[in-house]
Amino acid sequence: MKKVGIEVSLAIAEAAKLARVEVVSAYPITPQTHIVEHLAELVADGELEAAYLNVESEHSALSACVGAAAAGARTFTSTSAQGLELMHEILFIASSLRLPIVMVLVNRALSAPLSIWGDHSDVMAARDCGWIMLFCENGQEAVDSVIMAYRIGEDRRVLLPVAVNIDGFTLSHVIEPVEFPDQELVDSFLPPYKPLFTLNPERPVTMGAYGMPEIYTEAKYAQEMAILNSKAVIKEVMEEFGKVFKRNYRVVETYNLENSELAFLALGSINENIKTAIDILKAKGTNVGLISLRLYRPFPSEELLEVLKNVKRLMVVERAMPQGATNSPLFNELSAFAFHNGLNIIMENYIAGLGGRDVDPQEFVNIALNPFKKDGKLNYKIIGVRE
Amino acid sequence: MKIFKTLERYMEKPDAEYIASGHRACQGCAEVLALRLAFKVLGKDTILAMATGCMEIISTPLPLTCWRLPWIHIAFENTAAVASGIESAIRILTQKGKLENKKINIVGIAGDGGTSDIGFQALSGALERGHRLIYICLDNEAYMNTGIQRSSSTPYGAFTTTSPPGKKSIGQSTWKKDMPKIAAAHNIPYVATACPSYPYDLFNKVKKAKEVNGPAYLHILSVCPTGWRIPSEMAIEYGRLAVRSGVFPLYEVENGVYRITFKPESLIPVKDYIKGQGRFRHLTDKEISEIQDRVNKDWERLTKLCEITKA
Repeated sequence: MKKVGIEVSLAIAEAAKLARVEVVSAYPITPQTHIVEHLAELVADGELEAAYLNVESEHSALSACVGAAAAGARTFTSTSAQGLELMHEILFIASSLRLPIVMVLVNRALSAPLSIWGDHSDVMAARDCGWIMLFCENGQEAVDSVIMAYRIGEDRRVLLPVAVNIDGFTLSHVIEPVEFPDQELVDSFLPPYKPLFTLNPERPVTMGAYGMPEIYTEAKYAQEMAILNSKAVIKEVMEEFGKVFKRNYRVVETYNLENSELAFLALGSINENIKTAIDILKAKGTNVGLISLRLYRPFPSEELLEVLKNVKRLMVVERAMPQGATNSPLFNELSAFAFHNGLNIIMENYIAGLGGRDVDPQEFVNIALNPFKKDGKLNYKIIGVRE
Repeated sequence: MKIFKTLERYMEKPDAEYIASGHRACQGCAEVLALRLAFKVLGKDTILAMATGCMEIISTPLPLTCWRLPWIHIAFENTAAVASGIESAIRILTQKGKLENKKINIVGIAGDGGTSDIGFQALSGALERGHRLIYICLDNEAYMNTGIQRSSSTPYGAFTTTSPPGKKSIGQSTWKKDMPKIAAAHNIPYVATACPSYPYDLFNKVKKAKEVNGPAYLHILSVCPTGWRIPSEMAIEYGRLAVRSGVFPLYEVENGVYRITFKPESLIPVKDYIKGQGRFRHLTDKEISEIQDRVNKDWERLTKLCEITKA
């Protein structure tokens, strides 16, 4: 297969086309726009046979996807930041109704101050909505993840919506080499969506009933089991993807971790900068590894435990503020995870890249060489902040 | 079955019931009656998207349901968006040959709050986009499901729990939002008002809504004995009084042409409609005459609209 240079947003739209999406419903917000613009072009040119809804808000974008998925269509949407927050109410309903919608979440900072640039404050505010959450480091991963997302979400053992996270601008707006799989191969990997139940007059069903106290807990328990059990399917799909398309993915990726007791852990495209820093450190004789969570929900506990077994010092880098919590969201979760698994790891919390702020690889070199010591004020270090 | 002779003009199976008995609506609920009648006209090939509200909570305590039609409830404010998604899915799946090619009625249903307040934006979007769907607003003139709070569709002077009359308050201090005309302003093919107290008028309008190619908006006055503080056996009567007094005129807007579909020989005094309702019992004669003036003016305007738009 030949690689082509293409803007990642356009590549994602092409991936949705390869997945043969049937209903696209979206509302424009920077930096998501290029994805939905290109999908509109593909539909307008007859290259993609899909219904394209220009809805009047993100709330309606996801609501229409829920309706369309319930009626049996393969649906796609995409948003960022404020748009995700406007959708927030419906995020929970999409997962509770077990509808395999795929959303590309182009991560962007939340207002205020208004910022169109990238960070993870949007996804962190929506991390526990019952959606499967994938994170991508580069354009190829984004393309492959969109295709895998449908296969995962539509699996009858799963039936859950999937969010594919890509960083706003630093990933969405860059031109990268991408290898597009053949349509025939995608078709064999991803068969048409065949839902168990749809809104069909021949077989009327009720969707979205209300739950009295006698049944609500059981309904939520069943849903929780579904997302927990989805991990096995996600791993299975990643493995099969590797066999079919010759690109291998794991739910937890590592870089240079084999002989390192010191490791970074982060989500998304910032990992590419961390890898550069790791190479610089290696050249200087310091061995540092990286742990990247490609899968964030369901939380990949066993896989993470496995890669953490030799780690003595873990530097967690996050693109989101704690907002009054003890630490940033992922760090808090990892702390609890380490405690309950009896891990004896020194953990440090770094916050970087807020609202699109560049983070030079040299910053990670500095972190690795100069561990953060709590100075009594903050439980974390904000890289490059001016006080 | 001779008894159904006249009904057969509007529906294939007059004796079909699409809402099973055993639902939990209040006695005398005209809202569930409106739906029961409307579905007889819509028939089996119908998909319902419903907002949170009375009709939703009376019908679907998990794992039970009283719907014999495919039905989905998602949230309060997005019924029109959900219906848009369903309509788009059915259209593309039919186009791709994945569904049998036949006409399916996509129906969005919400109360007056779910339509004129919180669902207003989603509705406007769906009407503007021109989806082939029928939107039914069941107007009982307040948030009855949550306990009779005022909406923008609550009439002037009415008591609600959030517009209580008092030393410094008349009750609801604003005039009812004119949703049918707002819907008509979207230049959609069909808009109509209806009331289950006039079942044949309702049948006729649902039938027209079903047949147009594009969005149709039906605004159905649904008397709520609980919220209006009237005896439950008076629901039908109060619907009639609302229409005969001109408080709730029955009309339709077909491709921009306004037509009053039930024209009383002369309007009865508004007082006859208001006087027996507990929600209006604090109103003075002066205040009632203020309402009468407004109703007269609105009626006159509607009559003029009919004349002006006539082909």
